[in-house]
Amino acid sequence: MNDIAIRCEGLSKQYRIGMRGPYKTLRDTLTDAMYAPFRRVRSAFQGNGKPADGVDTIWALKDVSFEVKRGEIFGVIGRNGAGKSTLLKVLSRITEPTRGRAEIHGRVGSLLEVGTGFHPELTGRENIYLNGTIIGMKKAEVQHKFDEIVDFAEVEKFIDTPVKRYSSGMYLRLAFAVAAHLEPEVLIVDEILAVGDIAFQEKCLGKMTNVAKEGRAVLFASHNLPTVQHLCAGVILLRQGKTEAIGQPQDVIGLYLSEAANEGKVSLRGWTDRSTTGEARLLEVEIRNGQGDLTNRIPVGGSVSFVFRMEFYRPTADPTFGVIIHNTLGEPILDVRSHHSGFRPGRVSGQVIVRARIEKLGLYPGRYFLSPWISDSTAKRDIDYVKLCCALQVDPAPGPFGDLKLDSRWGKYWVQSDWQSNG
Amino acid sequence: MDNGVSKNALPTLLIEPGRGWAPLKLRDLWEYRDLLYFLTWRDIKVRYKQTALGAAWAIIQPLFTMLVFSLFFGGLAKVPSDGIPYSIFAYAALVPWIFFANGLSQSSNSLVGSAQLITKIYFPRLVIPISTVISGVVDFALAFLVLLVMMLYYGVVPTVNALWLPFFLLLALVASLGVGLWLSALNVEYRDVRYVVPFITQFWMFVTPIAYPSSLLSEPWRTLYGLNPMVGVVEGFRWALLGANTGPGPMIAVSSAASLMILISGAFYFKWMEKDLADVV
Repeated sequence: MNDIAIRCEGLSKQYRIGMRGPYKTLRDTLTDAMYAPFRRVRSAFQGNGKPADGVDTIWALKDVSFEVKRGEIFGVIGRNGAGKSTLLKVLSRITEPTRGRAEIHGRVGSLLEVGTGFHPELTGRENIYLNGTIIGMKKAEVQHKFDEIVDFAEVEKFIDTPVKRYSSGMYLRLAFAVAAHLEPEVLIVDEILAVGDIAFQEKCLGKMTNVAKEGRAVLFASHNLPTVQHLCAGVILLRQGKTEAIGQPQDVIGLYLSEAANEGKVSLRGWTDRSTTGEARLLEVEIRNGQGDLTNRIPVGGSVSFVFRMEFYRPTADPTFGVIIHNTLGEPILDVRSHHSGFRPGRVSGQVIVRARIEKLGLYPGRYFLSPWISDSTAKRDIDYVKLCCALQVDPAPGPFGDLKLDSRWGKYWVQSDWQSNG
Repeated sequence: MDNGVSKNALPTLLIEPGRGWAPLKLRDLWEYRDLLYFLTWRDIKVRYKQTALGAAWAIIQPLFTMLVFSLFFGGLAKVPSDGIPYSIFAYAALVPWIFFANGLSQSSNSLVGSAQLITKIYFPRLVIPISTVISGVVDFALAFLVLLVMMLYYGVVPTVNALWLPFFLLLALVASLGVGLWLSALNVEYRDVRYVVPFITQFWMFVTPIAYPSSLLSEPWRTLYGLNPMVGVVEGFRWALLGANTGPGPMIAVSSAASLMILISGAFYFKWMEKDLADVV
């Protein structure tokens, strides 16, 4: 009996990016059919065998091969558009691969979204059954686990209320609860833990770890690097549809982060791993040391300035700015934001330059990564959020008390402290 | 934990690019029968919860059409009705017809309407149009109750032939699903199908003997007329309930064969289109 749960060999998926949009109309097909003979003649004269109808193709996934063992949680990481979702969709049988093959041993359950098929008019009870059978459970199975699901979701009182009257938190908890009780031999999960409150996320992570302990396999795609590091036995890094690396989480995550630019001045114009509304765009980040020189190497306790160049495409009142500083695991370590310092720029539009200065940056020596962002006046709705785009190197340096031995096993951030004794 | 699956009997799933005509995988469909049940049940529940008139709609539609037909075709144009009171003659045909027409138009929109499900989770896609058509049975049952009341009023006593009714209902369901499969799959690829659907149902109604009897035709044309599956259904209903002289014969055999052909070809076309479904819907 082999212990392989998922085996992919050369899995590839090609998409057409037609110029006409996702679907055709009968008229298009009819006119196509009329012109097709002429086109064939023309292309015969031109001598290229390519279809001449302006259809472009893109490989969303190209030659991806890996194995996942039973009892293992396997992570899939990569930037937006790297092919994570496509890989999960192919393995969940939502879409067919163009080439290659995959074998999955055991019943597959996939959760690319929570609450798929939830209907607002139906009650919590009704939605549990509906959603449960949609994600692949049998009616008897849902019946058997019903009380457990309701307990897990903490919605006993509202179980016969239509879910349109639920708070968004309750709605999510119920959706998660159903998902968490799916017990296939192979579980495919996409990023669903990115929502919901921390306590609930931990409950779900615990559930996933249990699944692995029971000898099932989990394939887990996520942006949340600390979680991947913590949970996964192996990780694959995808880049533009291709396998960039497969291996131990720490190594692969390190490689993933090394894509961040390692300079004092970083252009963000071509950076695609961002979530943006299109109202404004970060164009460039500069990092300057205490002397005002462009560099991304800062001594411990030294001062640093960030200069963000951005463009607002429509006038925006009092936007907030910030930068998240992550460690090499992708964990956010520092949350630096304009409105915490009372900065209100008023109404802005067009090209804007924003500077932030930190005196005595006390990060322990090591590599860090920046995610700059622009948000609305309440800092609740992100306008542009550029993920892990540039690196910051903090170097050991003699501080005011000599050469400090700062070991990141004991701490992450250095602060000056005053000590007294009554002796 | 155990879920009844022993370790050495794990099913193996192969994921490969499909080539040519896909098998129907009816076994897979059977595996998902609980989903079929809940989707049907959701359709019924939501329909009656969301509309103000709820169940009344199921009755109003055939009843008013019958009134208009009785007034213009039965009353003014004096269309023959096989010796049966015209209003019950028309209504007995309208009940299965509206079941067919609603099933057809709702199922042809069902895939596009379920895009959210289709792009997020796997299940045999056939479940969607099938559940849509089946959920129409409740509307049918309500309209049928009115038919029973009318029979009581006109003193029509059903014969033992009424035992055939489930067969004719099944025939209407098969025809509705067959056409629905074709249209729902076409609708994914060509969005103008949904503009064609109302035209198709209207046209189809006129070529089906609802306002008039098929006895206006002589043989062999009457048998050929059965190529329209709804001819067999409608005349079957009149025969089984009202004792019209349109009993099982070559016409109904032709209608049954035509329905089956539409269903089978529709299912294969649907399956063939299914592999690209999540990418285009």
